Amino acid sequence: MKLLTHNMLTSHVKGVTKGYPLLIKAIEVKVNEVEFNPTFVSRMIPKLEWSALVQAAEELGHRQDLPSELVADYENNEDFLKKVHRAMLEVEVIEGCLQCPESGREFPISKGIPNMLLNEEEV
Amino acid sequence: MSSSCRRPEHSAPPDVFYNEDEAKKYSQNSRMIEIQTQMSERAVELLNLPEGQPCFLLDVGCGSGLSGDYLSEEGHYWVGVDISTAMLDVALDREVEGDLLLGDMGQGMPFRPGTFDGCISISALQWLCNADKKTHSPPKRLHTFFSSLYSSLSRGARAVFQLYPENSEQLELITSQAMRAGFTGGMVVDYPNSSKAKKFFLCLFAGVSGVLPKGLGAEAVDKSVSNQVQFSGQRCRYKNMKGKSVKKGRDWIMEKKERRRRQGRDVRPDSKYTGRQRRPHF
Repeated sequence: MKLLTHNMLTSHVKGVTKGYPLLIKAIEVKVNEVEFNPTFVSRMIPKLEWSALVQAAEELGHRQDLPSELVADYENNEDFLKKVHRAMLEVEVIEGCLQCPESGREFPISKGIPNMLLNEEEV
Repeated sequence: MSSSCRRPEHSAPPDVFYNEDEAKKYSQNSRMIEIQTQMSERAVELLNLPEGQPCFLLDVGCGSGLSGDYLSEEGHYWVGVDISTAMLDVALDREVEGDLLLGDMGQGMPFRPGTFDGCISISALQWLCNADKKTHSPPKRLHTFFSSLYSSLSRGARAVFQLYPENSEQLELITSQAMRAGFTGGMVVDYPNSSKAKKFFLCLFAGVSGVLPKGLGAEAVDKSVSNQVQFSGQRCRYKNMKGKSVKKGRDWIMEKKERRRRQGRDVRPDSKYTGRQRRPHF
């Protein structure tokens, strides 16, 4: 699971109102090389929940001087875009689990695929 | 397929039906791969994404990631959701570029509002119309799916679903639930005159109402409409007569006289007055 996906994921357990951001309890983390696409990264930045991305990267130990505040003129700052690209698309959680901050429900991640299936009473 | 003439939805729930054997077909059977790719091509065309811009898309029922491959080819980034672990394993083996998620579409899409620039789904939506468990209610599951999908799409985004509807009731159920969730749009039918090439695409717009695209191969139908009889609400009184003339008409009288002549009866000769109405008398 890439951190971009994690940034968009919420918990959809019944009764949970926000369920965001999900806490990552990682066992295995991998860094995969992905082709850098500056237009896509700068398009996605306004959609990202910046604090959640920084927090997630911190938890996985791959923050690497990612600033805690969004840089103002990021479209032309290639150095910054590359850092975001790395955190967003290259760092992947392979094994571990995601935890809903409200209900404490855990969603296991195996082989890089989070299991978001709910039990019948949680729908 | 072993059950080629039956619908797979009837044999088992999707997480059971798409087991290792079934999933293997999606990575080996070249015909299946070709059809899936063609349909994803058409679905992406219907999405009408901005030219030359990499988009973030959702693939519902991504399976082995055949449709996702086409998205990656076009330079888009995607997240795939599927309920079958076997199919997702095949996707992992094929090293697809998108991110994968194990999830049930009937339980809603677990994403933040406004995440995706579009959504495609190839041959998945009809699975939602089946109640595989006692607690499943298709209208409710469709509603959960569509309303969560609506919120996870950005305004002006489109969602295109290729589906195999079983009957018109099923189609109506799906579209009515989609409209209830706030979507606009409708069905696009490609090649409506061919039973084999015919493909149904449910084309939904979130927020902005666009013009519904035309189905491929549908132009011929539009032309033939002009020389067909327009539908009128009037009841047809002589529906069951099949080639016989209207009773008490001149043709009917002539036919009757001819019939009687053949029977050898005494029939008055035909004249210009035959079958004419008499002038009214007081």
